Amino acid sequence: MLRYIVKRLVWLIPVLIGVTFLAFLLLHLIPGDPAQVILGERATPEQLEQLREDLGLNDPFLVQYARFLGRVLSGDLGRSIHTHEQIAVELMERFPATLELALAAMFVATVVGVTAGVIAAVRPHSWFDHLSMTGALIGVSMPIFWLGLLVIWAFSVQLGWLPPSGRLSHGIQLETITGLHLVDSVLTANWPAFWDSLAHLLLPAVVLGTIPMAIIARMTRASMLEVLEQDYIRTARAKGLRRGAIIVRHALKNAFLPVLTVMGLQFGALLSGAVLTETIFSWPGIGRYVVNAILARDIPVVQGSILFIATLFVLINLVTDLLYKAIDPRIRLE
Amino acid sequence: MSMFAPIPHAHDSRTPAPASGPTPTRASGPWRDAASRLLRSKTACAGLAILALLLTAALFADVLAPYDPVHDADLYNRLQPPSAEHWLGTDAQGRDIFSRILHGARISLEIGLVSVGISLILGTLLGAVSGYFGGTVDLVIMRLIDILLAFPSILLAIAIVAILGPDLINAMIAIGIVGIPQFARIVRSSVLAVKEMEFVDAARAIGASDARILFRHILPNCLAPILVQTTLSIGTAILDAAGLSFLGLGAQPPQPEWGLMLKEGQSAFQTAVWVVTFPGLAILLTVLGFNLLGDGLRDALDPRLKR
Repeated sequence: MLRYIVKRLVWLIPVLIGVTFLAFLLLHLIPGDPAQVILGERATPEQLEQLREDLGLNDPFLVQYARFLGRVLSGDLGRSIHTHEQIAVELMERFPATLELALAAMFVATVVGVTAGVIAAVRPHSWFDHLSMTGALIGVSMPIFWLGLLVIWAFSVQLGWLPPSGRLSHGIQLETITGLHLVDSVLTANWPAFWDSLAHLLLPAVVLGTIPMAIIARMTRASMLEVLEQDYIRTARAKGLRRGAIIVRHALKNAFLPVLTVMGLQFGALLSGAVLTETIFSWPGIGRYVVNAILARDIPVVQGSILFIATLFVLINLVTDLLYKAIDPRIRLE
Repeated sequence: MSMFAPIPHAHDSRTPAPASGPTPTRASGPWRDAASRLLRSKTACAGLAILALLLTAALFADVLAPYDPVHDADLYNRLQPPSAEHWLGTDAQGRDIFSRILHGARISLEIGLVSVGISLILGTLLGAVSGYFGGTVDLVIMRLIDILLAFPSILLAIAIVAILGPDLINAMIAIGIVGIPQFARIVRSSVLAVKEMEFVDAARAIGASDARILFRHILPNCLAPILVQTTLSIGTAILDAAGLSFLGLGAQPPQPEWGLMLKEGQSAFQTAVWVVTFPGLAILLTVLGFNLLGDGLRDALDPRLKR
């Protein structure tokens, strides 16, 4: 197992170098003069020269890449052209919001997806099976930005039950510890902030969780159907175990492995896929930060964010893979 | 190993393939069986029906649409709810939503075909070369694919649009590039399986060139998984392109693109929900259509997978 982990970690190096190179290339693939593109048509020659100097565009290509890599390795992602703030600092400020949303979405997706998948598998071809699998098929085809607008219309505009945007209402104070509002409010026993954060989180989490929920439901059903046909399930039944115990302790435990892989992959995608959800719900996370940077042609921010998210994505996929192998002894033995 | 068993040539693998290389698109046994299985599947037929509707809208939008999707803006009739005159209501500029959706079908189909065309051609080439030649070529190509896969797909598309500038063509290119790894991987694993078959040895024995073996003998036998992936990818491409347009990174006003219609409807949907309801429904149905057909094709082409 240790050898495998080391092998995978070593393998990460070329992939991450490739990722940094692609992120670096971003600035150089822009057609025309990047300084002109960033500053626009009205920039004076002095301003252009200054920016070229700041971005190091006057140096040879490989020198620029080596310097970029050196900076990135020391945790410096450069400064935003518009706010002049450290990009790494801005990213870390926004990351907890994205993480909280992704975790909440994953929670909703797992609870609903696994439950629906199990019930559908236990009663195949029942009305519930047909209904939930049709729902899952619609779920994977869902334009979530549209779903977002519809739930805002229904639950915020029409019913007035939940807030349409943001993370916290005006006037509610919350001390930042982890940056995850739900956790911080529990840690400080600030219950008004807890309920307010939860109310803000609910709609975006459900919307963002829709597609993974559908995928998890389909995966759980397929995996459960396969496991339920195994001999050890028949043995468990023959022993006279209760149906519930067979389903949860014998079947689900074994059927969960492929579901876990899907969850890991989906979680990585959620962290980045939050772009659309964050835009609709004005959620102050990384996704919205990137989109605003692109629209403002703030290329260093785009570069830094992409590098950050891609690295995170690679690491999550690695952890999923390791977890998968750690849980399943058959794979570990190979 | 591929999920799919390669569908053998019209000629049995024990018979050397003739130099002319028959293509499996001819109504040969396995394909005819697959077609009949496809038509027996209710979900696949539902998908086909939705896609027929989409195709009709795309082809005959000029005839079917009661108004011009861009120029018939009636400012006195802004944000009208659905009525006999405007079946799906009007948007904030007083344009007929039904007409815009019909014309949007054409754009969506174009997006699907162009971007998946890019992924299909480049991904198939890379995967085929990688799987066929193996060794260093395989290693280099697959590492490049790994790096592409290190980027979450929507983010990579966004990055590419950031480079090329926001417009619909660039969004299609971006989505096309993002889809390359899936095709490359699927084609590579199919090629790996097929290249070990006897008819490939036979073709090699009669002196066929690598290119000929790869493109005339191996690839035609990898068509089944490629076909399924293409169908599913078109749906995803349409969904992603709508997402990019919604973010302002794809289609630009006044194009009647569905994602852009949702973006434009954002300012008015609180009081006029129909401006977003119908374009979104059009996206959902279209993507659903491709997914249903893709699932059906998968079951039809590989009966072992069907429970």
